[in-house]
Amino acid sequence: MESGPIDHLIFLGKRLLQATLVMFVISLIGFSIQDNLGDPLRELLGQSVSEAERQALRDQMGLNDPFLVQYGRFLSKAVQGDLGDSYFFKRPALDVIADKFIATLELVIGATLIIVFISVPMGCYCAIKPNGWISRAVMGISIVGISIPVFLTAIFCIYLFSVELGWMPSFGRGETTAPFGWESGFFNVDGLVHLVLPSISLASIMLPLFIRLIRSEMMEVLESEYIRFAWAKGLNKYRVWFLHALKNTLLPVITVGGVQIGTMLAYTILTETVFQWPGMGFLFLEAVNRVDTPLIIAYIIVVGLIFVVTNTVVDVIYTLVNPTVRIAGKAS
Amino acid sequence: MFISKPGAVLDGGLSARLSGAVKRIATTAAVATLCLATAAGVQAKTLKMAYDADPVSLDPHEQLSGGTLQLSHMVFDPLVRWTKELTFEPRLATKWARVDDKTMRFTLRQGVTFQSGNPLTAEDVAWTFKRLQISPDFKGIFDPFVGVTVVDDHTFDLVTKEPFPLVLHAATYIFPMDSKFYTGTDENGQPKDALVKHGNTYASTHASGTGPFIVTAREQGVRIDFKRFDGYWDKASKGNVTDIVFTPIKESPTRVAALLSGDVDFIAPVPPTDLDRIDKNAGTDLVTMGGTRIITFQMNQERVAAFKDKRVRQAIVYAVNNEGIVQKIMKGFATPAGQQGPKGYAGYKENLKPRFDLAKAKALMKEAGYEKGFSITMMAPNNRYVNDAKIAEAVASMLARINIKVDLKTMPKAQYWPKFDERAADMMMIGWHSDTEDSANFSEFLTMTPNKDTGKGQYNSGNYSNAKVDELVEKSLSMTDPAARAAVLQEVEQILYDDAAFVPLHWQNLAWAAKKGVHIKDVVNVMNFPYLGDLVID
Repeated sequence: MESGPIDHLIFLGKRLLQATLVMFVISLIGFSIQDNLGDPLRELLGQSVSEAERQALRDQMGLNDPFLVQYGRFLSKAVQGDLGDSYFFKRPALDVIADKFIATLELVIGATLIIVFISVPMGCYCAIKPNGWISRAVMGISIVGISIPVFLTAIFCIYLFSVELGWMPSFGRGETTAPFGWESGFFNVDGLVHLVLPSISLASIMLPLFIRLIRSEMMEVLESEYIRFAWAKGLNKYRVWFLHALKNTLLPVITVGGVQIGTMLAYTILTETVFQWPGMGFLFLEAVNRVDTPLIIAYIIVVGLIFVVTNTVVDVIYTLVNPTVRIAGKAS
Repeated sequence: MFISKPGAVLDGGLSARLSGAVKRIATTAAVATLCLATAAGVQAKTLKMAYDADPVSLDPHEQLSGGTLQLSHMVFDPLVRWTKELTFEPRLATKWARVDDKTMRFTLRQGVTFQSGNPLTAEDVAWTFKRLQISPDFKGIFDPFVGVTVVDDHTFDLVTKEPFPLVLHAATYIFPMDSKFYTGTDENGQPKDALVKHGNTYASTHASGTGPFIVTAREQGVRIDFKRFDGYWDKASKGNVTDIVFTPIKESPTRVAALLSGDVDFIAPVPPTDLDRIDKNAGTDLVTMGGTRIITFQMNQERVAAFKDKRVRQAIVYAVNNEGIVQKIMKGFATPAGQQGPKGYAGYKENLKPRFDLAKAKALMKEAGYEKGFSITMMAPNNRYVNDAKIAEAVASMLARINIKVDLKTMPKAQYWPKFDERAADMMMIGWHSDTEDSANFSEFLTMTPNKDTGKGQYNSGNYSNAKVDELVEKSLSMTDPAARAAVLQEVEQILYDDAAFVPLHWQNLAWAAKKGVHIKDVVNVMNFPYLGDLVID
């Protein structure tokens, strides 16, 4: 049963090979859909520019070459880390995405904090007192919360807290400072205030899901033998709930959470658009509208890479952490 | 140079460095403004404005678009500019007069300096003009011209190939650039005047014009900071805005919320659904104006034989209740049209009204032998014009009443334009704004016989062709007597009307909104480039 370091290396090597293959497929798909996105020249040129001028520019940009020639050119540059220049920003697409990445990360962290600090206590409470009226209310509201689209939540938040009450700024990222070398809104009041509404909106999709997940996991754990044993031992109830029960509840929750980070990235597109948040998601939507193909492909590849890397890392950690997960291909 | 510092950082790439620099410069600018304000005894006035998009580039010749022209009027100045009444107002040119049929002599304003400190001379105009002639977007407007002849430092001639009536119209597009500032090579070894569509050029990140505002910081897609140019020549202007923070806000509800919550002072465009709300709100003002962009449907005579019959085309125009569309779908926020050019344009003819009449439409269909109707395909964009997809749906259901069954497809503009170029449907929607604010421009692109060599009729997806129209429009392009020319252009509109060359819908209105006390009403115009240098804030 013991798997040695060699097995792990082989396993890692296989996973890396798979990951490379997946990235290759993503790049191929990303590149081949670009013809269906529309004509980038329409966004680059004014409406009254003649057809001859358009063709000249198309030739100059290499858009008239056969697909394989274009893809080959793209691939040979891509392996050197060059995914082309954005038409709109006139800079390497990867640089543009890197610039916007921090803003998105802030939003994801903000939303994650909200989810963690609300869903854990609420989920526990609902599990401990399943029949209390607060639990029923939370469960009821979470059903509604899960079914409201994120842009509605966002617009509602803006109208209530910015327009009617005037408490919160209605858009943007606010001031950013860089006391520790990276420019962020985390280190000043204005930046943090701007972060509140977008984080709440983004959290609103996942929050009900996690409350429900924690509740059901916790209820299951509370029924298990070792908890009964703890009760029988006469342990303090808080110790039983928050030490013994919660610990085992959180294992599956963290697994689901890891997967959901990807979903959250997708939802940043909507949240960022409504709040004019200068992050990757908004960048992507704008790139689609402008048919900025190099930027679209770069975004797809970067997001693909994030998924592939997270999954590979999770798999590797699993084999290290959990001895019951067998390394595929090794006879037991 | 004052602007080379932010520019150099902009080229650098990383947001951390960029934003740091933004802050430093913004602070310096703020301190400078503050000192100045204290010295002069005036208060600093900052305008926070939000548009749906920010300009693509700081280079005024890179893209012919509303955003570029808006920026040009802030950082640069044109030779002449349009007034609200569609007449010309002197700016950098103080006087002009025809020397002969093909030559117009301009006198340049004395004592004007660029933001870099260089003086403005006729050489700068000549230099700018040469650059316009090689710009893919602008060369079309300047095609009738030979070039600029410099007479002396403050006098120059605009020379055309043939007698040309629209010299002043074209002059509204000449924003003299600082030729000394743009001469030489940048740190990448590229010439500073390089004009590239999709490349990082010096001119796309640096600017020096004679305009009222200097760009102090710019993060593309996020914000642009401007401060008033101390050396601005127009001391007579009442404008008192010292700083502008320009933010693009893409989503209309967010843009409106930003205004209502006081986060910004001035927004455009205003979505039709929120007009009422802003108008009734105590703290905000709404300004609306009839626009000049015509929305039409074209009927493709090459794809559908029935469309070759004038009576069928007329029946379709009679069947489309465009006044109803304006009322119900546009919420009154458009002007129903019966012709191409709006009121105020040379070719506008008062008698060419919208003509909804269902009975007449049915009669015409019967007369043409299509009483039972036929089936057609239709395409329209769904994010290009205000309510475009809903308008197309309405037109499709109106045509059903004269037994024309419509198979409608709507799509985002990015996908629509290639379809339009292919002429992929029997009826296609097209909106047009005349770059020259002149009637002939509509016909040149929309209703003249398509001709690949001359580029005429480039957007005539209906393949409507009438030799008389072609002849009259061509003739109008070299007529310098305004009255006689107007008569010719009006005749064109009459022929198109009688022929039912296309289905006119409406001219989209324009709307701007601002906080009370920001007097935008005095600076907005039908071209949709507010003259912010003249804006007064209480």
